[in-house]
Amino acid sequence: MDGQRLSLLKKIMALEFTCIDFNLYLDTNPEDYRALAEYNAASEALLAAKKEYENLYGPLTNYGSTPSPQAWRWIDEPWPWETTF
Amino acid sequence: MWIYEKKLEYPVRVGGPNPHLAKVIITQYGGPDGELAASLRYLTQRYTMPIPQAKAVLTDIGTEELAHMEIVATLVYNLIKDAPLEEIKRAGLDGYYADHDRALYFVNASGAPWTATYIQSKGDPVTDLYENMAAEQKARSTYEYLIQLSDDPDVSDTLKFLREREVVHFQRFGETLNLVHEYLERKKYY
Repeated sequence: MDGQRLSLLKKIMALEFTCIDFNLYLDTNPEDYRALAEYNAASEALLAAKKEYENLYGPLTNYGSTPSPQAWRWIDEPWPWETTF
Repeated sequence: MWIYEKKLEYPVRVGGPNPHLAKVIITQYGGPDGELAASLRYLTQRYTMPIPQAKAVLTDIGTEELAHMEIVATLVYNLIKDAPLEEIKRAGLDGYYADHDRALYFVNASGAPWTATYIQSKGDPVTDLYENMAAEQKARSTYEYLIQLSDDPDVSDTLKFLREREVVHFQRFGETLNLVHEYLERKKYY
């Protein structure tokens, strides 16, 4: 995986981790609107970063959540356990 | 329904083959306080949770634990994939090798296979949430022991992330327990 791809992937990982942590917090604190705003901001940035990545390198998710125009790229390697960080 | 994401929750990097370390880390894959037990425990308890917050917390933490299982598997896979047979023998992993080669299997650090008796699902939400808070503490302790045992700083970095998540999950389960207590109190009076 080249440097540019890896840095975009790491950006996605960081943004999604932010979403995971806010998601769990909001499950038990759903009325915290400041946290909700943070979640929505991170979610928007995450969606944009994923779109950029998927346009360049193929789908990150399966089962129709991302289209695969021209070629079936879901089977492309590396898989997560094969990625060198 | 679950959707798979072709990425790890946190980066995994290993300094080189290290079957000694793989042998102990594998307990967080298939051991009593490991990630398989954690994810299955929460995902099976969620059906009988009485309040929406608890159903969400168990679904979401159960799902995050699946991502942790993948991180642990990636650590073990990368620590043994290029290890020479001599090193595997020296690490005491020859018994594991006889049954599984360098494949992943759910065992604890001493080689005992995973069992459903590691987890509980009692139907009483208070009981289940106490079980989960204890489970998070047990997993935190295990990650601390693994960090003490680790001689690979890259592996330790990933273990520290996983340790930290146990602390956060413990916190969320504690809040869920309070919400369930409030719900049960309200039910008593109205």
